[in-house]
Amino acid sequence: MNILLAAALKVVGVLVFVMANAFMLIWLERKVSGYIQRRYGPLRVGGPAGIYQSAADILKLLAKEDFMPGGADRWLWLLAPVVSMVPAVLVYLVLPIGRTFTLQDLGVGLVFFSSVTSFTLLAIFMAGWGSNNKYSLLGAMRAGAQLFSYEVPLILSTIGVVLIAGSLRLQTIVAAQTQHGWFFFEQIVGFIVFFIASIAELNRTPFDLAEGESEIIAGYHTEYSGMRWAMFMLAEYSNLFTSSALGVALFFGGWHGPWLPGWVWFLLKTYIVVFVGMWIRWTLPRIRIDQLLDLGWKFLLPVSVANILGTALVLMVR
Amino acid sequence: MADDRGAFPQAPARGVRSGAAMAGHPGTGSAPEPVLDGDAPPEDVGRRLMTVNVGPQHPSTHGVLRLIVTLDGETVVRVVPDIGYLHRNFEKIVEGWAYPGIVPFSDRNDYLSAINNEIAVCLAVERLADIEIPPRASYLRVLFSELQRILSHLLFYGTFGMDLGAFSPFMYAFREREVAYTLMEKATGARMLYGYNRIGGLRNDVGDEWLRELEGFLDYVEGQAWPEYMGLLIDNEIYRARTIGVGRITQEQAIAWGASGPMLRATGIPWDLRKTAPYLCYDRLEFDVPVGKNGDTYDSAMVRMLEIKESIRIIRQVLRALPSGPVLAKVRPTVRTKPGDYYSRVESPRGEVGVFLVSDGGHKPYRLKWRAPSFCHLQMVPLMCEGWKIADMIAAVGSLDVVMGEVDR
Repeated sequence: MNILLAAALKVVGVLVFVMANAFMLIWLERKVSGYIQRRYGPLRVGGPAGIYQSAADILKLLAKEDFMPGGADRWLWLLAPVVSMVPAVLVYLVLPIGRTFTLQDLGVGLVFFSSVTSFTLLAIFMAGWGSNNKYSLLGAMRAGAQLFSYEVPLILSTIGVVLIAGSLRLQTIVAAQTQHGWFFFEQIVGFIVFFIASIAELNRTPFDLAEGESEIIAGYHTEYSGMRWAMFMLAEYSNLFTSSALGVALFFGGWHGPWLPGWVWFLLKTYIVVFVGMWIRWTLPRIRIDQLLDLGWKFLLPVSVANILGTALVLMVR
Repeated sequence: MADDRGAFPQAPARGVRSGAAMAGHPGTGSAPEPVLDGDAPPEDVGRRLMTVNVGPQHPSTHGVLRLIVTLDGETVVRVVPDIGYLHRNFEKIVEGWAYPGIVPFSDRNDYLSAINNEIAVCLAVERLADIEIPPRASYLRVLFSELQRILSHLLFYGTFGMDLGAFSPFMYAFREREVAYTLMEKATGARMLYGYNRIGGLRNDVGDEWLRELEGFLDYVEGQAWPEYMGLLIDNEIYRARTIGVGRITQEQAIAWGASGPMLRATGIPWDLRKTAPYLCYDRLEFDVPVGKNGDTYDSAMVRMLEIKESIRIIRQVLRALPSGPVLAKVRPTVRTKPGDYYSRVESPRGEVGVFLVSDGGHKPYRLKWRAPSFCHLQMVPLMCEGWKIADMIAAVGSLDVVMGEVDR
């Protein structure tokens, strides 16, 4: 019974964090984009620096009609937002938030992370196929090609870290960095590949082809409105946080840092990576689908493989 | 061509085997039979193509342009621009209107370069009515025409960035547009559709203080904003990859399709009506005509960016040489033109805006034909897009800088 209670608490805790985090990130995104674009961002909805903007957003979404397009594939369409939330929530399981704070420190944490996140594609494809909309289908097709192409370099780019740390357990990887120094310095190539590939995995500019507004309206979630749309967004912002968090755990020493408690360091570093992602998003134009695939297969993949070989060689010589 | 237009309502079925995902609308009761449309071109038979209606409601169709696009995956196989959603019957309506009323109505044609439209109408009427405009009016018309060009090209910069997926350039362009529109408002009383030109000159003069403010704005654009634009978008690596070589047209094609303005100059032809057929006082001003080399979207965008600088140069000269005096010639309230016809043309930000005015000697035009550059450019869309990706099509259409108000009239 205690185990069940603990599990339930963890689930509730994660869901609360996902909501609060999305709350925070939506506001942050609006503010960051505002300042990058030389405007103020939200101010009028109240609170210091318009912090109630997220609340206003969510209230608006709750009040919206839940519209299902005619001819939609009912179950696919209804389930897609839920399916998109599942991997977004599951990955919190293995995040090494503090020195002793992981919800479930799996021995194969990294593998768990990358295998669960690849489910996102399923949700996007369900939405794209089920919507009975050509733009949605195009978006889903793009997402399929994109996520598939970038999953490979994303996973390969982390292997260098795994080789040095000698473990797939995320806590062990972070702990290794407390003695060894942050892997960012040794694995800078790996980090660059990881960062590019994770932006692509997140469907954010310059890789936001799956929802490229100027081309295919909103891609796979064109037909969604209200809370179903909000669930896609929630999952997206949650993924933004978790993939940045994974980057922090792998390359920036996770909770490692002086003076402050570990979880503060972890959140701080993660939000800095998130900010860099937003900075990129609001600066760059969108890349084209063939250029995207070229970048993935012809640049990131060879580079990440070379990185693994190089790391392995260095480790052997040592 | 008439047959083609008749086929548009059925166009989504054109050459397409409808797949399971695209099965019929529930309103039709049953899924449509997977049949080939009778008028599908033979080369499409058996190919798995998909027809998409891009527009008239779409984030990047610049108003109400509708593109009927046949896709093979991501590749554009065929694209048919469909127009007419903004038709206001301009040419027929003005046949019943006295000349002074036509000027503000012409604003609505190319609503992003209202001043240029007004000038085109005024030049035609003034020529046929033998009206000489005062020199100050001539200079001020040039000034406003160039300020309008800067405004229009700034909007192009913003929307083109948006077409390519970058949102921030839009906000940067609008930062300066806001200042410029405020200047326009101070001088003319309106922000977009001015009604500022009169037959015989301008409605009102501008003050010295306004001219100083304008100079400050020019300094700011040239010194700070323009380099920012270049850094933010034009020099960006992804931008270059997205635009260089995309939507390419050759010099021969550009001439054959009646391209003008930046679209023509992007191919390397230095054709600018301000130089080749000077009107107003352009022959007394010094400026260069920027030209491209390849005729691709990168070049046409670059030509526009450089034209912003040339326009600033022109306005500076106007500010120095601005003569004093009245801005409106003495014109009878009812302007009567002598019988005859005249084709006046001006270089609008989009190209050659022409007014062919036929008069039977009354106070209304017998016939007024409006030549819209966007209309000619829009015909090149299939030429620029077929065989390219969807994203390239959006870039190519964006680089045309079409204004649908002018296309549909």
